[in-house]
Amino acid sequence: MSMSRGDVVSIIGPNGAGKTTLLKSIASILPPNRRKVWLDARDVRSFSANELAKNQGYVPQHSSFGFPLTVLETILLGRKPYIKWGITAEDMRIVADIMEKLQLSSMSERYLDELSGGERQKVLIARALAQEPKVLLLDEPTSALDIRHQLEVLELVRELARQRQVLVVLILHDLELAARYSDHIYLLKDGKIFASGRPEEVFTPSHIEQVYGVQVEITPSSHGLKMTAIRPVSSS
Amino acid sequence: MPNKEMSANVPVEGKVMALYRGSIRSKLLLLSITMLLLLISTLYAISRGAVEVPLYELLAILFGQSSDEMLTYIVYEVRLPRIVMAIVTGISLACAGAIMQALLRNPLADPFTLGVSSGAAFGAALAIVAGASVFGINLVQSGHWMIALNAFVFGCLAVLVVYGLARLKNSSTTVLLLAGVAIGQLFSAGVSSLKYFSDNEALKDLVVWLMGGFWGAKWQVLQILIPLLVISLAILIKYAWDLNALSAGEEVARTLGVKVKRIRWVCLLVVTLMASTTIAFTGIIGFIGLVAPHISRMIIGTDNRFLLPCSCLVGALLLLLSDTAARMLLSPVEIPVGIITALFGAPFFVYLLVKKRRDYWA
Repeated sequence: MSMSRGDVVSIIGPNGAGKTTLLKSIASILPPNRRKVWLDARDVRSFSANELAKNQGYVPQHSSFGFPLTVLETILLGRKPYIKWGITAEDMRIVADIMEKLQLSSMSERYLDELSGGERQKVLIARALAQEPKVLLLDEPTSALDIRHQLEVLELVRELARQRQVLVVLILHDLELAARYSDHIYLLKDGKIFASGRPEEVFTPSHIEQVYGVQVEITPSSHGLKMTAIRPVSSS
Repeated sequence: MPNKEMSANVPVEGKVMALYRGSIRSKLLLLSITMLLLLISTLYAISRGAVEVPLYELLAILFGQSSDEMLTYIVYEVRLPRIVMAIVTGISLACAGAIMQALLRNPLADPFTLGVSSGAAFGAALAIVAGASVFGINLVQSGHWMIALNAFVFGCLAVLVVYGLARLKNSSTTVLLLAGVAIGQLFSAGVSSLKYFSDNEALKDLVVWLMGGFWGAKWQVLQILIPLLVISLAILIKYAWDLNALSAGEEVARTLGVKVKRIRWVCLLVVTLMASTTIAFTGIIGFIGLVAPHISRMIIGTDNRFLLPCSCLVGALLLLLSDTAARMLLSPVEIPVGIITALFGAPFFVYLLVKKRRDYWA
C-alpha cells in the first residue's frame, strides 16, 4: 500500500475483515507482522515514541475516558509530544486555532462525558489534529453519529487533507459516504486487500457481491455513487 | 475567570488562553486554600491535647521565643513528630491512591485494593512475631527498621504478584483489581495465622500495629520518610501529563508518545515504595487512599497536574483531623486512628457514591 499526503483514503470491508487491525498496524499500536510501515521513506520503527506522535494522530473506534478531562484539557493532550516544561503560547495558539475551526471554543470547560457523541468525536479529532500530524488515522469516525454530524466530520476531514496536506486514513462502514469522500479506497476481505483504487473502480457490483455477499445496484449520482442493496446472495 | 469585554477584539487564541489561565488561576487558588486549611489544622492539632497550649504561647514556641521548657518539649518532641507523621502518611496514601486510580483508570484502586497494604501488614507482622519468638527481641521498641524493611519488601512483593497475574491476562485492569483483592485476602490470612500462633507480648504489639496509629512517630523516622516523600512526589508530578494521556486509553496514550509500560512500572514502584514505607511505621490506615482522590476530583477536576497535589493536601488534612479526633474524643484514652478513618471514611464514601456529580464507573 502506498498513500500520499493530501488524500483521503478509506479502508472498507465487512465485519472481521481486518480493517482495525490494519489501521492499528499502520499506527504502530500493533506490530506489523512481516510488513513494514514507511513514513517519508523512513521505517516507522526507527521513530521515537514522541517523534511518531508528532507525525501521526490516531482516534480509535471506541474511546474510553477513564476520568473524563475537559474539552480544552483533552485537546491540549495532543500537544503532549511537544511539551517539555509547560504549555507555551505556541501550543495555545495551535489548540485555539483548531478549536475555533471545529467550533469547539464555546465548550472548552465542559467535561468530555457531558458532550453528545458528535461533539465528542470532534473533540477527539481535534486532539489528534493538535499533534500537527502528517498522517491522521481514524477508526470509524462516523459510527455513532447522526447524518448531519457524519457529514460535518467528513467534510472537515476532507478539508484538512486538502488544506494542510494531511494524509487521512479512515475506516468507514457506509459505502456511499466512503465513495463520496475518498480519493482512494482499499476494499478488504479476510485480512487481504481485495481491491483498491478510485471509488468508481472499487465499487462495482461484482466486487461488492464477492466481498459482502450482497447484490447491489450502483448508479452514479450528483454526489458520488448511489448504492442500493438488493438481496444477500447465498455464499457458494 | 475569562474577561468577557476582551473577547470582541482579541484574537481567538487570546480568548482560549485567557480561559485557560483563568482555570489555572482558580485551581491554584483552590490549592492555596487547602494549604491554608492544612496549616490552620496543624496549629490547632498542636495546641490541643492533654496539656493545652494557647495559641500565643504556641507561636512563641514555634518562633523560638518561649521560656516555658515543658511546653516547648511537648510541642517539639511529643506533638510535632506525630502531627508531621500524620501529614506525611496522609500525603503518601492519598498520592498512592490518586496515582493508582489514574494508572488503572479505575475509581476503586488504592493501596488496599492492590494488595500493598495487606502485603505490608504481613511483612510487619512477620517481623514482629518472628523477632519476638525466634530472636527473642522486641522489634517494636528496638527494631523499627526491621519492621519497616519487611513491610516494604512484602508490600512490593504483593504488587509484583498482582501485576504479574494481570500480565498473564493482557494487563487487563479488571484482572489487576481482582488479583489485588485475592492477594490481599491471602496476606490477610497470613496475618491472621501469625496472630493465632504468636505469644501474648507479640500479639499485643501486632494488634496495635494493625489498627494503625502514630504512636511510633519520631524525628528519626521522619528524617527518612520526608526526603523519600519529596523525591517520590517530584518523580510522580513529572508524569502528570502522561497520566492525563493515559485517561484517553492505553492505545491512544501510546500514539501520543507515552511510554505506557515504563510509566506503569515506574509509577507503581514509586507509589508502592511511598505507601509501604509509611504503612510500615504507622500500621494499616484505610480509606484515605480511596477517599482523598475522589474528594479532590470533585473540587479541582481530573487534570493530574492539579489532582495530585490536591489529593496530597486533602489526604494530609483528613488524616490530621482524624488523628486529632483520635486523640481528643475519649481523651486521655487514644483511639487507633485506623478506626477513626474507617468510621468516618466508610459512610462518607457511601455519601460520595450516592451524591456524585458524574459517573466514573461506566
